[in-house]
Amino acid sequence: MAEGYAKATGRAGVVLVTSGPGMTNIVTGLADAYMDSVPLVAFTGQVSTNLIGNDAFQEADNIGISRPCTKHNVLVKDVGELARTIKEAFYIATTGRPGPVLVDIPKDVSTDKADFKYPEKVNLRGYNPTYEGNKYQIKQAAEEIKKARRPVIYAGGGAVFSDAASEIRELAEIAQVPVTMTLMGLGSFPGTHALCMGMLGMHGGYWSNMAMHHADLLIAIGARFDDRVTGKLSDFCPEAKVVHVDIDPTSIKKNVHAHIPIVGDVKAVLKQLNVYLRAMDGNQSDLKELRRPWREQIEEWKRTHPLRYEQGDKVTKPQFVIDRVFEMTHHEGIVVTDVGQHQMWAAQYYKGSKPRTFITSGGLGTMGFGLPAALGAQKAYPDKLVLCITSEGSFQMNLQELATAAIYKLPVKVVLIHNNFHGMVRQWQDLFYEGRYASSQLGNVPDFVKLAEAYGLLGLSASKPAEVEPVIREGLKHRGPVLMDFHVDPFENCYPMIPAGGAHHEMLLEDPPELRNADRGALAKKKDKDKVEEGEGVLPA
Amino acid sequence: MSTRRWLAIAEWRIINNESWMERIISVQVENKAGVLARVAGLFSARGYNIESLSVAPTLDPTVSMITIVTQGDDRLIEQIIKQLNKVIEVLKVVDLTESNFLDRETALIKIHTRPEHRDEAIRIADIFRAKIVDSSPTTYTIEVTGDVDKVEALINLLKPLGIKEIVRTGRVAIAREAAKIPTRREAQAAKA
Ligand SMILES: Cc1cc2nc3c(=O)[nH]c(=O)nc-3n(C[C@H](O)[C@H](O)[C@H](O)COP(=O)(O)OP(=O)(O)OC[C@H]3O[C@@H](n4cnc5c(N)ncnc54)[C@H](O)[C@@H]3O)c2cc1C
Ligand SMILES: Cc1ncc(C[n+]2csc(CCOP(=O)(O)OP(=O)(O)O)c2C)c(N)n1
Repeated sequence: MAEGYAKATGRAGVVLVTSGPGMTNIVTGLADAYMDSVPLVAFTGQVSTNLIGNDAFQEADNIGISRPCTKHNVLVKDVGELARTIKEAFYIATTGRPGPVLVDIPKDVSTDKADFKYPEKVNLRGYNPTYEGNKYQIKQAAEEIKKARRPVIYAGGGAVFSDAASEIRELAEIAQVPVTMTLMGLGSFPGTHALCMGMLGMHGGYWSNMAMHHADLLIAIGARFDDRVTGKLSDFCPEAKVVHVDIDPTSIKKNVHAHIPIVGDVKAVLKQLNVYLRAMDGNQSDLKELRRPWREQIEEWKRTHPLRYEQGDKVTKPQFVIDRVFEMTHHEGIVVTDVGQHQMWAAQYYKGSKPRTFITSGGLGTMGFGLPAALGAQKAYPDKLVLCITSEGSFQMNLQELATAAIYKLPVKVVLIHNNFHGMVRQWQDLFYEGRYASSQLGNVPDFVKLAEAYGLLGLSASKPAEVEPVIREGLKHRGPVLMDFHVDPFENCYPMIPAGGAHHEMLLEDPPELRNADRGALAKKKDKDKVEEGEGVLPA
Repeated sequence: MSTRRWLAIAEWRIINNESWMERIISVQVENKAGVLARVAGLFSARGYNIESLSVAPTLDPTVSMITIVTQGDDRLIEQIIKQLNKVIEVLKVVDLTESNFLDRETALIKIHTRPEHRDEAIRIADIFRAKIVDSSPTTYTIEVTGDVDKVEALINLLKPLGIKEIVRTGRVAIAREAAKIPTRREAQAAKA
């Protein structure tokens, strides 16, 4: 929840838990926040200072456990230090590359008394993030951009965190450079803009990956060259020079060499870069002309290999549901996803234009993220539409939070893509493991409509394509929280897909023929029978 | 990472990578609980190996100096240094291998001394300007300080007498002032 709040607002989310099991319960959330650079301050309870290390009741080594998944953590041993420590915690969490900070407070410290003195300023001699980029480097970057014939902007989470949407747009427009975004960067550039290429990477668009593969200049903005994005490193952007803007020096040259590294805040650096670009001679129409063949090539890729699905009138396609939800909400809601195929489809079909309106767990890929994060976003913006796009696997990892939705009257709209599988796992099993559906079928899931009702939510269900739009309409109209259960084709796969270890131009674009012709329903049934025989549990008929 | 796997990777890198070499990194940190764990954790979490590590206070009692000996190529060391700098309580990181430096380590070596070996032990210690700091009817404890080569050479000479126990401090290092001697990197490049 705190992550959803933080991702939606950019302000630090706050977590408060008890010692021992309370703290160990938040480890996944901390790790998730650490990977995705989410500002959080977590306050954990600790046993009294005189008992620390004694295996006391509900004691855990909170500092030791959280060390590898926090930006910083502190045990407060003296109440006099508390105010300063809290000030520093918020400062560290929200500045530089944001991240989670944990403050561990022993019982006796939390009940002790002290004069309250909240420091005005933070003074940390070992911590001083760089915001302004090196001007010489920025100038170099401007020169390269001017010269390039096939440039691409690759914007990541850093572009979102630094609220640089208008600077990116300006850069793209004055330099006439197409923009692709990582999963975390979505929203930093308007999805409907003529220069927008949508997401790149493993499940990115054909055209954006092809553009990466053929680019002669890559302008990486607040992105960390994750393996889901780069694919095979030795074949990554083989023709491109790389300009890399990042506030965290460890991100630069970690996976990919940067010809022009610029350490700094995206917004500050781009402001400066745009000044240089505008001051350079040559006019806009020359640039447009220079880049025309490149733009045309990208359009061509887009035309020949668009995102597609075939919606018949019997079985609902998951993409259809997601596409319709976005269209019917005019791409204006805050979209929060869980992890799996539905997440990738949501990313592919999302065309929102505001940063912080696509909220997802990228780095850690934590199933169960969706519902609580959606509630956090809704709490931050009670009047905005918040959609939680999820699927049965992920949803059941944190569904108890439906109670939170009901208690706090948070009108989140849950869109459940019900495909009877851990779809993403089933897809890999189909493509790379000869259709051995080991433990990917979900079997006995609850009746989600009844479940929603049991928690006091409105529950709706659509099992046929014709029912999809009416259900969405009704769900959106409802003022409180809603769960919409869409029964979809269990065997739909998410494409394009760069197989693990593949390069950008080696995308799979559709099910290979042997998979298309396979009787996967029978495979699934056979697996059920095996399960019965092994006594593992049974799928309903 | 298991040592064997580490060694395999290290070997591969040494063979294939000219910039792979030993590095001595000195890290100034806040003298606070938990800092060492963060620094060491950073190495282990990323599979970087630490060969030796020493920690002690500096002139400023609020600051400690950690000296780390590790191995890596330029890229790995750049990443290690950046990661160290990222730790909030780290104040300054210097790769001494990039400059001229002095390094020293102290070892305490306890050897068995049969009567016929006692003179020999004293002679060897003398050659290395090492001191006998403790003796019993059957043992000597020898203290030696020097660079790694010296310490290792002494250990090798004492081995035939029968070493009972060794403790070593790990290395500490300091930059030299205005020396004209080539750095290790330059020396390595000259050799190649
Ligand atoms: C099932 C699944 C499939 C996935 N498939 C894809 C895929 O196809 N495509 C894809 O793109 N991702 C995919 N991901 C997500 C992927 O794992 C990574 O999380 C994501 O690519 C990382 O995005 P990023 O590079 O923008 O980095 P982030 O994790 O968002 O990191 C942000 C970077 O910006 C820097 N930064 C932060 N603040 C600032 C600032 N103010 N100024 C400058 N720099 C700043 C940080 O230092 C960091 O380097 C998938 C995830 C899952 C779970
Ligand atoms: C906590 C957790 N466990 C396991 C995984 C590995 N994993 C990635 S996607 C996925 C399946 C997701 O299934 P579901 O939520 O039903 O979404 P679908 O792919 O069907 O849309 C799994 C198990 C994970 N990411 N997180």
